[in-house]
Amino acid sequence: MNALIFSAVSGVIMMFSSFLLNNKNSVRVLAHVLLLATIIANIFELRGISFFHIDTRGMLEFDRFALLFTLVANVCTFAFFLLSSRDLEKIGNHYSDYFSLLFFILAGIVVSSSFKSLLMLFLGIEILSIPLYILTGSDKRNLKSNEASLKYFLMGSFSTGLMLMGIALIYGATGTFQTGITVAEKVPVLLITGMMLLLFSMSFKVSAAPFHFWTPDVYDGAPTVVTSFMATVVKAAGFIAFMRLFAEEFGSIRPEWKLLVGIVAAVTLFIGNITAVFQQSVKRMLAYSSISQAGFMMLAIYSLSNDAKEGLILYAAAYSLATIGIFAVLVRMKDYTFEGFNGFAKQQPFLAGILVVFLLSLAGIPLTAGFLSKFYMLKATIDGGSLALAIFAVLMAAVSVYYYFRLIQSMYFKTGNATISGTTTGFKYTLAALAGITILLGIFPNLLTNWLYF
Amino acid sequence: MPINYYIFLSLTLFVIGIIGVLTRRNAIIIFMCIELMLNAVNLLLVAFSKMHYVTNVSKVTNAGSDGQLFVFFIMVVAAAEVAVGLSIIVMLFRNTHSVDVNFLNRLKH
Repeated sequence: MNALIFSAVSGVIMMFSSFLLNNKNSVRVLAHVLLLATIIANIFELRGISFFHIDTRGMLEFDRFALLFTLVANVCTFAFFLLSSRDLEKIGNHYSDYFSLLFFILAGIVVSSSFKSLLMLFLGIEILSIPLYILTGSDKRNLKSNEASLKYFLMGSFSTGLMLMGIALIYGATGTFQTGITVAEKVPVLLITGMMLLLFSMSFKVSAAPFHFWTPDVYDGAPTVVTSFMATVVKAAGFIAFMRLFAEEFGSIRPEWKLLVGIVAAVTLFIGNITAVFQQSVKRMLAYSSISQAGFMMLAIYSLSNDAKEGLILYAAAYSLATIGIFAVLVRMKDYTFEGFNGFAKQQPFLAGILVVFLLSLAGIPLTAGFLSKFYMLKATIDGGSLALAIFAVLMAAVSVYYYFRLIQSMYFKTGNATISGTTTGFKYTLAALAGITILLGIFPNLLTNWLYF
Repeated sequence: MPINYYIFLSLTLFVIGIIGVLTRRNAIIIFMCIELMLNAVNLLLVAFSKMHYVTNVSKVTNAGSDGQLFVFFIMVVAAAEVAVGLSIIVMLFRNTHSVDVNFLNRLKH
């Protein structure tokens, strides 16, 4: 509740700051301070101190899983602010509005990760998506950005329609919107149909195959700063909502959907990884890589154990930190293709070294957070009884090494003149801190997962 | 009237909406079809709400009222979506002087 109210109020404050503060620097500092306050308030709630006592009629439940994910999302957003807030300036004139939209997205993330009622799921997903449609199209003069935003908007509202139909059918079958249904021996047809529609629409939102086709276009067309936020924090939030929905609402009819989710995970892993191999632009490669990482996160929904829960939180943190870091460097590059990175290590040895850490983490090499989060997922899958799916996931992770290492190869073993602009010392140290966290979580994952229990 | 009629009617409207989204090429018409899908859901929710009221009113006095509440939330969110969606379409029209989605294939390559 703390984080929800703080981020919603921060969004409103940022809206007013556009005419109260006429200095871009002060707007930026204000955004950082407000987000820091949100993080602190959230930590207080995680420690059992809630500032607000509001009766939500059992529609929202702020359990440790939701609170911890909110914390991870907020901290990743803070890292995003530190690294990329100056690049937000370059999108357009309405600097403070972008911040206020980002805060509203954070409020949506809190709602969609702590819902107990399907009404709140719907509202949370919508609060999170509608500002994103605007942010995607925020580069108003750029046709690619316009097109991406229209495509995202049409796809997003179409999948919202499917979700609402699913919710309506479930309401017809059970008579309530509260999660945690109990079914008799025979599962009603309406419930199964509703479950399928919800599965489709959530797959749309987290871009799992076969509903991923909008992702590369939208991620490629959106301003790179926005893509960096959209592909990380928002996608992870979608997965938390997905997991919560299927664990709590459909946990009792698990045999009906387990195979289907397994197939979706396998297809997502396959399509994401194989298509990423053929990309020439790093931005587009990262878009496909986000699809393939989504396949790994689907494994958590397939297995639904405690390990899967811990793993999903760790995965969200590892994947978001690494991808935000890579995008922060990518925004400053002149050329987004793989050739644009040729000879990068000669000019910026420090940045290149940090990028290597992030890429290794995404590929899942030991001693990085990415390895342990993949390990948790695979362990949960094997415990869930599907060795074949786990083996397939490992094979696909091996494919992913190819395109991540291709970037390392261009940076270190090819000659060229990669051009990067605007790297301040502060930027480098922040990136180094992110890389430090990535390695630290790779050695002591308990630092994060213990928060789930005490 | 039995509940089946309402289910068939709203499923028909919903499927018309889906077919419209998939086949039409004008952004505004696609958008209208999406609204049609949302309104089919509204109709279904109200019908279910009445159904649950009739069956459960002896046990709970306000049975089924949450379905009608949901309808209001859908209307509010749909209005917000219209505001954002139409402004995106207007922005696109200013740049390309067209609202045809076939025109939008720059991102493919």
